[in-house]
Amino acid sequence: MEVTQTWYLVLSAVLFTIGTIGLLTRRNPLVMFMCIELMLNAVNISFVSFSKALNDIAGQTAVFFVLVVAAAEVVVGLSIVVALLRRRPTATADDLVQLKG
Amino acid sequence: MVEAAWLIPAFPLAGFLFLMAFGRRLGEPVAGWVATAAVGGSFLSTVTVFLGLLAEEPDDRFFIQTIFTWVPSGSFRVDLGFLVDPLSITMCLFITGVGTLIHLYSVGYMHGDANFSKFFIYLNLFAFSMLMLVLGDNLLITFLGWEGVGACSYLLISFWFTSKENASAGKKAFVTNRVGDFGFMLGTFVVFGAIGSIRYADILTSEFSSGIATAAVLLFLVAATGKSAQIPLFVWLPDAMAGPTPVSALIHAATMVTSGVYLLVRLNPILAQADPWSTAAIAWVGALTALVAALAAVVQTDIKKVLAYSTVSQLGYLFLAIGVGGYVPAIFHMVTHAFFKALLFLGSGSVIHGLHDEQDMRRMGGLTKFMPITAGTFIVGWLAIAGVPPFAGFWSKDEILLYAWNESPVLWAIGLVTAILTAFYMTRQVVLTFFGRTRFFDPHQEEIDAAFSQAIVGAEAGVAEAQEALAKAEQDMAKADDDVAKKQLALASATESLTEAKANVAASSPDADGHAKLVKALDKADKALPKAVSALEKSQAKLAEATQAHAEAIESIDLARDDVRTAAASVASAPRAPQHVTALTPAVDVSDFADQLPDSYAHRQEYHPHESPWTMTAPLVALAGLAAAGGLLNLPFTKDLHFLANWLEPTLFGNEVHVTAGASTKIVLALIATACAIGAIAVSLGVYLKGKADPAAIERPELALAVDYDRALAAVMGGPGNETFERASWFDRTYVDGAVNGVALVTSRLGRYSQSFQTGFVRSYAFGIVAGSAAVVLWFLSRLVLS
Amino acid sequence: MISAVVPAITPLFGAEASEVTEAFGDFPILLALILVPLFTAVVLMLIPAHRVAELRQTALVGSTIAGAMSVYLMIKFDGADGHFQAVSRYTWVADLGLEWHLGVDGISLFLLVLGGLLFPVAILACDPHHDHKPYYIWLMILMAGSTGAFVALDLLLFFLFFEVVLVPMYFLISGWGHGNRIYAATKFFLYTMFGGALMLVGIASLAVLTARSTGEPITFDVEVLAGAEGLSTTAQRLIFLAFAGAFAVKVPLFPLHTWLPDAHTEAPTAGSVILAGVMLKLGTYGFIRFGIYLFPQAASDFAPLFITLGVIGIVYGAVVATMQKDLKRLVAYSSIAHLGFIILGIFSLNSQGLQGGVLQMVNHGISTGALFILVGWIYERRHTREIAALSGLQKPAPIMAAFFTLVMLSSVGLPGLNGFVGEYLILLGGYKAAQWWTVVAVTGVILAALYLLWAYQRVFHGEAEGDNATMPDLKVSEMLAIAPLMVLIVFMGVYPKPVLERIEPSVDVLIEHVALHVDGFVEPEPDAPAEPAGAEQLKAAAALAAEEAEHGGEDDHSDEGDDSEPTNNETGEEG
Repeated sequence: MEVTQTWYLVLSAVLFTIGTIGLLTRRNPLVMFMCIELMLNAVNISFVSFSKALNDIAGQTAVFFVLVVAAAEVVVGLSIVVALLRRRPTATADDLVQLKG
Repeated sequence: MVEAAWLIPAFPLAGFLFLMAFGRRLGEPVAGWVATAAVGGSFLSTVTVFLGLLAEEPDDRFFIQTIFTWVPSGSFRVDLGFLVDPLSITMCLFITGVGTLIHLYSVGYMHGDANFSKFFIYLNLFAFSMLMLVLGDNLLITFLGWEGVGACSYLLISFWFTSKENASAGKKAFVTNRVGDFGFMLGTFVVFGAIGSIRYADILTSEFSSGIATAAVLLFLVAATGKSAQIPLFVWLPDAMAGPTPVSALIHAATMVTSGVYLLVRLNPILAQADPWSTAAIAWVGALTALVAALAAVVQTDIKKVLAYSTVSQLGYLFLAIGVGGYVPAIFHMVTHAFFKALLFLGSGSVIHGLHDEQDMRRMGGLTKFMPITAGTFIVGWLAIAGVPPFAGFWSKDEILLYAWNESPVLWAIGLVTAILTAFYMTRQVVLTFFGRTRFFDPHQEEIDAAFSQAIVGAEAGVAEAQEALAKAEQDMAKADDDVAKKQLALASATESLTEAKANVAASSPDADGHAKLVKALDKADKALPKAVSALEKSQAKLAEATQAHAEAIESIDLARDDVRTAAASVASAPRAPQHVTALTPAVDVSDFADQLPDSYAHRQEYHPHESPWTMTAPLVALAGLAAAGGLLNLPFTKDLHFLANWLEPTLFGNEVHVTAGASTKIVLALIATACAIGAIAVSLGVYLKGKADPAAIERPELALAVDYDRALAAVMGGPGNETFERASWFDRTYVDGAVNGVALVTSRLGRYSQSFQTGFVRSYAFGIVAGSAAVVLWFLSRLVLS
Repeated sequence: MISAVVPAITPLFGAEASEVTEAFGDFPILLALILVPLFTAVVLMLIPAHRVAELRQTALVGSTIAGAMSVYLMIKFDGADGHFQAVSRYTWVADLGLEWHLGVDGISLFLLVLGGLLFPVAILACDPHHDHKPYYIWLMILMAGSTGAFVALDLLLFFLFFEVVLVPMYFLISGWGHGNRIYAATKFFLYTMFGGALMLVGIASLAVLTARSTGEPITFDVEVLAGAEGLSTTAQRLIFLAFAGAFAVKVPLFPLHTWLPDAHTEAPTAGSVILAGVMLKLGTYGFIRFGIYLFPQAASDFAPLFITLGVIGIVYGAVVATMQKDLKRLVAYSSIAHLGFIILGIFSLNSQGLQGGVLQMVNHGISTGALFILVGWIYERRHTREIAALSGLQKPAPIMAAFFTLVMLSSVGLPGLNGFVGEYLILLGGYKAAQWWTVVAVTGVILAALYLLWAYQRVFHGEAEGDNATMPDLKVSEMLAIAPLMVLIVFMGVYPKPVLERIEPSVDVLIEHVALHVDGFVEPEPDAPAEPAGAEQLKAAAALAAEEAEHGGEDDHSDEGDDSEPTNNETGEEG
């Protein structure tokens, strides 16, 4: 059984869905972050697979962009989360509502 | 010699600049002399130029002198230049001539004023502006002078700025004149639009369509009604009398107010090309103004106000003359009027000066013996303005009436009625000021009222005193009452203690230890009782006394109130000075209350009306000479004696109307006018000098239409006018600014509203994204399926 | 100092000066005019905040140098040439087509000089009382910005300066203002920003559309854009309106004016002076330089609208000014009326109107600047601007009263003082373009007398009571500070020729440009006499009249006038 592009796309879709559901259902900010990473990487998989299929390097370039953005996002996001958790160890993402102006 | 024209305005300008720099340091009287010399120099240069012009052929008496280009803008180009011709030089001659005399007069009049040099700075600036007005070689330079004299007039009317009245009068003059300037500016636009130039040389030699010419004439008429105080804009001139008297003489009688007349005469070719109804409008404006102002002058009591309305009336005459095409009579009467009206104003100034700033003619009278020169010269002025031959006014007024007759008998009749009124009110003024009893020392109504109201004050003090006494009595009574109650209480307690002591004594056995003590106490109580009784009696007596005093106090209050009532009644019956006076009007008898009159009355008794210093009387004498002999300028007998007419002829370009009446008509008209003038003088003398009739019957307030108009105008401005402006301001705040703030408000509301979408729950945002993406996917799918 | 700095900085802009007008040699004077105040601002930053006197002197010296340079520019300016002079041009951001393109012509020249005069005067005349350092720094940045706006010939560059000036002004009002200053500053900032945003859209679409139709690379160069054809009428109109929106707010035109009274009233005195004297002119200048020059067709189409708004502003501003209770607010509303005159002049699109408009921009800056300074001094002494609380000030302060009188008469438009010449030319131009609106506008002249004289009467006339009686008069230093304005008020009223002469060629160039691009545009010129008449013609006319009087004595006078006419001209030519 050959591993066709469909496999990659299905994998990407599954991972993306898992990430989405996780993001929507979990309250722990760290887990939510992991879910977002999961979604981003699901997209990356489809990028790479399309790049391969279409023989276009642009898709892989986009992956690098996504990775950089994700890294930056994690840096900012984690620092906020850490600051939050340091103050209230049991905090959930919903507690961030207090930052509302 | 004509090249010296630039010197004419240069002298006063130099004087102005010099005094600006050094005036304060020079002080009184040098600053005044410098200013007088500046205008005098200007007069001499004018004479030089005049002689230079005389040397030319009549038709060659035009010179244009350009100093520099003032406003160059495309095809519009205006020079600072002078047009020297017989008309402008005539104006310059009397402006600088009369001006010099009035400057000289001011040196005496302004003596002791804190702002002596400032006054002369303004006066020189005025002379400069006025000369620019008449000398300018284009409408814009004339406008420069036009507004310049307006500004000087403003500054000089409100010269004594601490008085509210003066300040308002200055503002009123300037703003009203601005309404006229509105016409002037538009007039220049119309002219420029028609011929592409506003230089007189172009205007006077160009052809206008009759529509354009009519529009221009009407606009310049608006301008002239402002500056020359005609209906409907005359209201500022009577108020302008608030300024120092030399200012009234120079600006508001002799020179500035004639600039409207000058302008219309200067533009005579446009008038000639306009539709006849527009010149008729000028004539009617003039005739009506002359009449209405003369009527108002009859009922004035302020010596300067009479002259002010008289000036308005005489200016109306000038407009009448222009409107009927009599330019030479207009200029002629303007010049003679400048002589005699300046004389009259300066004379009134001398009177005011001599009488300690008294301006009410009802408190003058009999001044001939105190100030003979003033009186003598004033009488010359009176005869001149009344139109008595051979004084100046007769000749010039007669010419105007002749031209009016030539146009329409109605205009002539109005002119004649005005002449009669003029003779009447001027006689009234002269009689009230200089003849009869000297009423200067009479008590003023305020003083009488003050004396009488003193009784009220005394009686009211009595009431206050009685009220105080009553209060005290009440207090005493209350105290006594209190005392009685206290004493009664004491008696009761004394009785009680006696009973108790008796009981104690009865109860105890005589052998007992304390018996002796008890007996002693009984004794004491027994003795105390009568004491308490007597105290009570005493305080009861006191109470009765206090009650008595109280009743008396009430009575005395009533008495004091009666006193007040009596005093008030006596004030009501206080003697009243008569509203309308004649030379014979008896003084109020003050013997009954002389000692109660305020100090101002006593001060006045010590004051002696006096003749003014020579600086003031010399100009009076000079002007009196001019007023007497001014008619020589233009005697009607033969053509050679028409000096002024021949002199001005080139500047009128044949636009002067030819009088068709024959010699006999002219003589009859002159006789009628003279008879009317002398008749009016006789009637006035009969009323005011001989007391043959009650002046109240003549000086009816209904005559003062002009005053009513002024008041109505002020009411409209202060009422609905003010309201409209206030509404506009309110509109700006509420709607225009409100709209802006409204936008800001809506924005901030929207922001607040959209805030509610921002719950802060990450999952709800995430859900939004997912739902949105799902919707997009569904949409694409549906498109796919449907296609 | 300057000559050392400028060459040092020029390389920063990437390229050599590609074009500099001969008269000014290689020295980029316009660039220097912008840089001197900026350099001064930098120097000010280095001075410790507590050394108030030094801060003040530095700012004064810096602004005076810039002012002197603008005067030098005026002297060297070739008055006969209506095109841009002292042009300096550097590529800035080549890809965006953005150039550092500066130039000056007769229209902007005097606005530069006005700014160069008003800044030193404002520094001399007004004391901020606290936080001197940032105050002077902001003022210098403001000076650089406003100068730049008047000389920028690149739309983006202009936009940059147009917006940059808002920042220092915002801080000046909110930091050193009075009363409700935060509200006023915010309103001012947002309102003008909003207009600026409109203009940015206009600029972008103009550049893009022009580039698309010509096929050239995108450029923001005003001269290139003005010369380019190919914009559809609708596009031209819409873009013109976008520009006009920005300028109308800045001017301000009725009904977009309400930021002005608030900003003027609450601003510190120097702020009010600069705001009225220089910044409002950005609007009217913009209308000329970018409105009419770039969109002649649209401008002439919309001229009736703007004339109407201008005239409404004249009357409305005056009416509302009359009823103000605050002296400074009154002056602010009078500005609205005066700017209405300028708009009327500009949109009359003829020589007199435009020249008068440009001249009046300068005159308004001088007169209203002086009025604000005087009102500021009254406020310093009495701590109130309430008209009702002031009275009889002429007694304790005669010199101040005299100065106030002069400025008031100038503002009223008295001939012989500066306000008149511009106003008259505007009205004359207006009359040629829109007769009846001008009739309405002239009533503004009456109203101006009403509100100013009434205010003067209430403040200076009457008895001085209470604190008014002891108000100190002007100090010598104050007299010296305001003296330049007083001198100019008289000088420009008596001898406006040097100014008008330099404005005229540029205005002519502009009108020619309009005539070239607008179908059927004819400047309404009356048939001026071929040769102006002089004394000789008058003599001839008088002689003719005399002759006629001798021969046909019975003629009706009106006939005479008509008859004499044609013959007059003949005789005139002979003479």
